[in-house]
Amino acid sequence: MDDAAKTELPQGTLDLLILKIAALGPVHGYAIAQRLQQISHDVVQVRQGTLYPALHRLEYRGLLAAEWKATDTGREAKFYKLTAKGRTQLERETRSWERLALAVSLILQCGGRGAL
Amino acid sequence: MSWLGRLLGRRKAEDELERELAFHREEQVSDYISAGTERREAERRARWAMGDGDGLREACRDARGTGWVEDLGRDLRHGLRLWRRQPGFTAIVFVTLGLGIGLTTLMATLVQQVIYKPLAFGHPERLVSVQERTGYAPNATAVVEGWGNIWGLTYPNYEDAVHGSRSLELGAWSREGDIVSEPGSAEYVLGDEVTANLFPVLGVAPMAGRNFLPEEDRVGAAAVAIVSDNLAQSRFGSARAAVGGRVNFGGKLYTVVGVMPAGFDLNGYTTADPADIYTPLGQDTSPNLQNRGRHMLGVAARLRPGATLAGARQELEVIARRLQAQYPATNKQRDFLVQPWRADVGSVSTSLWLMLAAAGLVLLIGCANAASLTLTRALAREPELAMRAALGAGRGRLVRQCLTECALLGAGSGLLGYGLAAAGLPLFLAAWPGGLPRAGEISLNGWVLAAALAASVGSGLIFGLAPALRLQGRKPGRGSLFARGSSGRGLAGGKRRLHGSFVAAEVALALILLGAAGMLGRTLVRLQSLRLGVDTRNVVSARVALPDAVLADTGRTRAAWNDLLRRLRALPEVETAAMVDTVPLREGNNPSSYWTGTTPVPDDKQPTALTTTVGADYFQSVGIPLLQGRYLDERDRMGTTPAVVIDEVLAHHAFGNRSPIGQPLHLGMGNDPLTIVGVVGHVRYWGPAADDESPVRDQLYYAFDQLPDRFVKRWSQLMSVTVRTRVPPGEAIGDLRAAVGAGGSGEALYEVRTLAALAHGSLDQQRFLLFLFGVFAGLALILACGGVYAVQAMLAQQRLPELGVRVALGAGRGDVFWLVMRQSLGVVLVGLALGAAGALGANTLLRHAVAGVDGVQAATLAGMALVLLAAAAAASLPAARRASHADPMRTLRQK
Repeated sequence: MDDAAKTELPQGTLDLLILKIAALGPVHGYAIAQRLQQISHDVVQVRQGTLYPALHRLEYRGLLAAEWKATDTGREAKFYKLTAKGRTQLERETRSWERLALAVSLILQCGGRGAL
Repeated sequence: MSWLGRLLGRRKAEDELERELAFHREEQVSDYISAGTERREAERRARWAMGDGDGLREACRDARGTGWVEDLGRDLRHGLRLWRRQPGFTAIVFVTLGLGIGLTTLMATLVQQVIYKPLAFGHPERLVSVQERTGYAPNATAVVEGWGNIWGLTYPNYEDAVHGSRSLELGAWSREGDIVSEPGSAEYVLGDEVTANLFPVLGVAPMAGRNFLPEEDRVGAAAVAIVSDNLAQSRFGSARAAVGGRVNFGGKLYTVVGVMPAGFDLNGYTTADPADIYTPLGQDTSPNLQNRGRHMLGVAARLRPGATLAGARQELEVIARRLQAQYPATNKQRDFLVQPWRADVGSVSTSLWLMLAAAGLVLLIGCANAASLTLTRALAREPELAMRAALGAGRGRLVRQCLTECALLGAGSGLLGYGLAAAGLPLFLAAWPGGLPRAGEISLNGWVLAAALAASVGSGLIFGLAPALRLQGRKPGRGSLFARGSSGRGLAGGKRRLHGSFVAAEVALALILLGAAGMLGRTLVRLQSLRLGVDTRNVVSARVALPDAVLADTGRTRAAWNDLLRRLRALPEVETAAMVDTVPLREGNNPSSYWTGTTPVPDDKQPTALTTTVGADYFQSVGIPLLQGRYLDERDRMGTTPAVVIDEVLAHHAFGNRSPIGQPLHLGMGNDPLTIVGVVGHVRYWGPAADDESPVRDQLYYAFDQLPDRFVKRWSQLMSVTVRTRVPPGEAIGDLRAAVGAGGSGEALYEVRTLAALAHGSLDQQRFLLFLFGVFAGLALILACGGVYAVQAMLAQQRLPELGVRVALGAGRGDVFWLVMRQSLGVVLVGLALGAAGALGANTLLRHAVAGVDGVQAATLAGMALVLLAAAAAASLPAARRASHADPMRTLRQK
C-alpha cells in the first residue's frame, strides 16, 4: 500500500525537500511527489493534502515561482522553479539541517557507547 | 502577485488548483495503469490517495493568505443563519447590549458635543479668554480657585492690555440690558456693549448688514446697533427688513446696521441667555467705564499669526506687573488669566460625566451578560464544534468563527443602540432641567455612529473571547466529541468559576448603580426637608421695567416705586408687596465685602456677604423670620441713620455671642457705616443643596429708600417685586400685571415666577440625576438577575448527574435545593462585596460632583445590597427547584 511503513517528516523538513527538488529544474507537483519517494527509497511519501498547501505557501512567500507549460507528453501542468530568494533559503536550511543532523548523530553515538 | 491581486484573482487561483489536482490525479492513474493496474482500480486508488479534497483546498487557500477573507464571508453568513435559528438568544443579546450601547452612545454624544465640541467660531483653537485674577479672595477665609478671585476686566486695564500686547488681538463686551420700546411693544431685552473688533476677533460676521466701524466705537458717534436674528424676526419681520431700521433701546433711537446669525451666543455658550441687541462699547459715557475698580468686561482675544499661548501669557504678565506698580490701589496682587476659550457649561459637565459613567456600567453589565449567555451557548454547541474539529476544522478557524459571530451580534446590537440613542436624544434634551447649554447644536453625527459601532463590535469581541479561549484550549480528537456525555460529572470547576465571575461582576456593577441611586435618593429627601429660610407658599416674584423717562429723574423714580407698590397692595388678593433687587434661588446675586468694629480692615482681609437691597415689608412678603431687633421699615428713609439688617450667619461670624444690635457695619467702599438694627434667619439663597458649600454665606440687607441718589437709576433697572398673595399665585398674576401697567407710563412686569417653582427648580439637578440613576439601576438589576437566572439554570442542568448521585446516596430534596442555592448565593455575595467597594468609590465621586450628597450611609448601601441579594435569590430559585425535583434515576439513566 501507498502508506506502508511511512516515516513522519520532522516539522518544516518538507519545505526544504521541495526546494531541493525544485533546485534541480522546473518541476510539477506530481513529479515532486514521485521524486521524493524514489530518491528516498519510499521512505518519504508525501500526500497531496500536505504537498499542495506547502507548494502554495512557498509560492506565496516568493521562494518558488510557478508557470503553466506543457509536459513531455503535451499536457498542461503547473511547473515550479526556485527563485533567487528560494535558493538562498535552500542553502541556509541545508546548512542548518546538516549541523542538526550531525549533532543528533553525535549524541546518539555517544549514548550507544554507554559513556558517562 | 500582490495580496489584493491574489484576493481578487481567487476564482482563477481556485480553477488553477483544480487543474493542478486533476493533472496530478491523471498522471497517477496513468502511472498505475502502466504498472499493470486495471483502469477502474487505478482511478479508485488515485482518488483515495487524494484524501480529503476540501481540507486540501482550504489549506491551500490559507497558504495563499487570502483564506481568512473568504472564511469571514462564510462566517458572517453562518452567524446570520444562527440569528434565525436562535431568535430568543439573539433577541436577549440584542436588547441587553443594545440598551447599554444606546445609553453610552447618547451620553458620549452629550459629553463630546456639550463639553468638548469647539465653539462655532472661526478657528476656535486660536481663541483665548482673558480675565483678571487676584492672589486673594475677597472673603479672606480661603481662595477658592475660580470663585471669588476671578474677575472681569476693568476698561482701563483692558485698554492697557490692548496697547501693550503684540501677540493678542483683544475684543471686549459688557452686559447691559434695557427696555426696547419700538418697533413693537415695550419689553426688557438683554444687550451687550461690544468693541467694534469683537466679532472679527471671534471670527463671526453679521448675516445681514455689516459690523460696527472703528469710528462708530467712540463717544459721540452716530447711535448704531446690531440686533439678534430673534429680535429682527419678531420686531421687523426679517433680518433684511431690520437693516436700516430704527429701534428704541433704553429710550434712545438706534439705527440697525447688522443682524447676527441665528443661534449666535457671545457669552461662550454659558448658561446665561444670549443678548438680543449689541451697541458699541466706545459710545458708553458711564463713569464706571473709566474706573479701574469696576470689573465689568468680558474679554475675548485671538492669537495673532505666529503667536503662542505661552508667549501671550508672558506678555500679559509683564503688563499686569507694570499695572500693579502703577496703580497699587486697584491692581494689587492682580494679574491676567489667559485661557483657551472653551464653552462655559458650568456644573453640567459633571452631571454629564456621571451619566456617562453610569451608562458605561450598564454597558459592562450587558457585556458580562452577553458573555455568559454566549459561553453557555458555546458549551451547548461543544459537540457541534468538536464534530467540526474532528472533521478537520483548525482550532484557529473555530476561534475565528466564534469571534465573528460575536462581533456580528455586537454590530447588530450597536445598530439597535444607535437607533435607541437617536430616538432618546430629543426626549433627553427636553427632559433636561432648565435646558442643556448648546442643546441646539447637538446631533448624532458620523463620528458618534463610528464610535458606537466600534464600541459594540469591541464589546462583541470581548464577550466572545471567553468562549473562544475555551475552544483554543481544547485538544481536538481527544474524546471532546463526547466530552459532555462521557465526563458524567457535568461541568468541571474551571467552567463554573468562569461563569461565576461573570455573575459576580454583574452583581458588583449593579450594586454600584443601585448604591449611587440610593445615595442620590436619600440626599434628595434630606434636601427637600431642609428649611429654605423663606416661606415659599403663595409668593410671586417678578422683575419690573420702569420707562426711561421715569428713570431719568431720581425723584420721579422713587415716587414711581411707591405708587407701584401702593397699587399692588391695594389689590384684594395681595397680602403684602415689597421690592427687592435679588431674589433667593433665582439667578443674580450681589456679593460685597464688609467689615465691622471700629478698626478699618484691609481690602484683602474683608469678609464677603450677599447684599440685598429691599423695600419695607420685604421680610414679611417672603417670610424671613426676625430673630433680634427689628425689620427694615418706613423709618429707614433718606435723612435717617442708614440701617442694615444682618442674618444669623453673619451675626455669628462677626459678633459671636455678643448682640450685634446698634453696632456699626462698613460696606467695603468706605462710606459712612450702617447701623445694625436687626438679625433675621439665614436664607438658603443658593438653593438647599448648594448653600452649605457656598463660599459666601453671610447675608445683609439695606433699605432701597436709603440708597444714595447716584445709585437709584442703576438699582431701579434691577429691582423686582415680591408679592405674598391670599389666593393661589396663578390666579393673581393677571391682576398684578394690570396693577403695574396702570401707572400709565410704560411700566411692565417680566420674568414672573413663583418662589415655590424656584425652590422646586433648585433641586432639578439632583432630581434628574436620581431619575436617571434610578432607571439605570433598575436596568442593571434586571440584567443582573437575568444573568443569574440563566447561568444558574445552565449550571444546575449540567450538575444534574452529580446531584442524581447525591440523591441516590441519600441526600434529601432540601439538601439538593440548598446546595444549588448556596452555590449561587456564594457567587452573588462575592459580587456584593466587590460592589460595596465600588459603591464607596462612586460615593466619593458623587460627593465631588453633586452638591449636597451625603457621605456613605451604611444603611443605604446595606439596603440596596439586600434588595440585590433578594432579587438574585429569587432568580436562582427556579434552577434550585428544578434540580431538587428532578428524578435522580432518570437523570442518571440519561447520561
